[in-house]
Amino acid sequence: MIRRPHYLALILVVFLALVLLNLPGHAVMRLKLAIGSVFVPLLGLSNSSHQLAGEASERLLPRSELLKENETLRREQQQHRFESLQTEETARENARLRQLLGWEQKAPWKLKLAKIILREPANWWRTVQIDLGSRDGVRVDLPVLTPAGLVGRTSAVSLTRSQVVLVGDRSCKVAAIIENETRDAGIVEAAGPLDNSLLTLSYISKDAILKPGQRVVTSGLGGIFPKGIPIGKIVDSRQVEYGLYTEARVQMAANPGALEEVWVLMP
Amino acid sequence: MTTLNSILVLVATFLAVFWEAAFDGIRHFLGAQIDLLPALMVYASLCCGLATMTAVAVIGGLLFDTLSANPLGITILPLFVCGFVLYSQRELVLRNQLFAQAVIGLAASAIVPLLTVLLLLTCSTAPLLGWGSLWQWLVMALGGAMATPVIFQFFELFDRALNYRRTAETSFRPDREIRRGRK
Repeated sequence: MIRRPHYLALILVVFLALVLLNLPGHAVMRLKLAIGSVFVPLLGLSNSSHQLAGEASERLLPRSELLKENETLRREQQQHRFESLQTEETARENARLRQLLGWEQKAPWKLKLAKIILREPANWWRTVQIDLGSRDGVRVDLPVLTPAGLVGRTSAVSLTRSQVVLVGDRSCKVAAIIENETRDAGIVEAAGPLDNSLLTLSYISKDAILKPGQRVVTSGLGGIFPKGIPIGKIVDSRQVEYGLYTEARVQMAANPGALEEVWVLMP
Repeated sequence: MTTLNSILVLVATFLAVFWEAAFDGIRHFLGAQIDLLPALMVYASLCCGLATMTAVAVIGGLLFDTLSANPLGITILPLFVCGFVLYSQRELVLRNQLFAQAVIGLAASAIVPLLTVLLLLTCSTAPLLGWGSLWQWLVMALGGAMATPVIFQFFELFDRALNYRRTAETSFRPDREIRRGRK
């Protein structure tokens, strides 16, 4: 039985929804930030519980395991030191050559570590929220990566946290090149809703010779992502649109399902 | 339904949205996150007043959209429509039956994401959809079906623990008492 107050509630809710959906972008952003601040106490609680769980698991690790891990890390560190020396020498050489040719010097990357604090609750978007905001110097459209490869870009920034739209979401397309002989270019976009580590590399030349395992990196076009960030590796390819161009499936280098910490590439 | 119950339902709504954004375990195993808001909406529409039901739709929808990339306010309408239909037919629903709760939870958890996606498409946004979305939809619907009876039991437990029980009326009437023996 529907009575008058029911219709009033219906009208009010529909009106509220229509008003909210028609608000301008910046007002929506501010409103989202204001409403999102109610989760701050729970975020702190969740963070401290994670820390406690981490500390507990560390205490449970046997000494022999820790010593073994320590030894492995020491070896890795020594290897990285040698690699770093070699890279420094190459960088100096590169800088000298750039100076001789009159090319612009490449600035080193400024990276900031961020923790993933929340994930997308809806199944039709791929976003995460990180604990860096505008007070840390983060702004919209900064690349976000892990040591393995590209993760996404910042899409909305508040004072203390930012939303990162992951590669594989419809709103995060990346210009990429394949590291093959012809260095074919394409656009990395979403593949499907289930496997979030698979991407589609579209608009590759129909004559491109693609092999599974070839690396895909950012091309630097578009102005958001610098050139050379690894995106993933080719899994397979096929001709689409009646052979007009080639499309390839790409396995992401970074695992978006297991993200805990990411690096924001600062301007 | 007391004010305390309404507050508890709203707190549960808040915690449900946070749980969906903070814990990703189900998504790792099944490829989809379960939405608890339709299940809460079923409880609110069958056991609470109109004001609480409306508050769950509005607050739940707003909180969900805040943590999501959804346009703000898009989840309010599907939740409210689902709750409104159930609220208007609540006299016909066997709300104390576990099976009925599960079936209504299944229907609500299937309809809410469907309406949300339809609204998203009409708002000219491009959600990530494909054949895999059917599996995600199934997981959401079944997850909601399982969560609804649990939510009913949970609130019943709270109700028993925190509210006074109504005393049962006896059939004893002193004016109709048969007095035996001599006066």
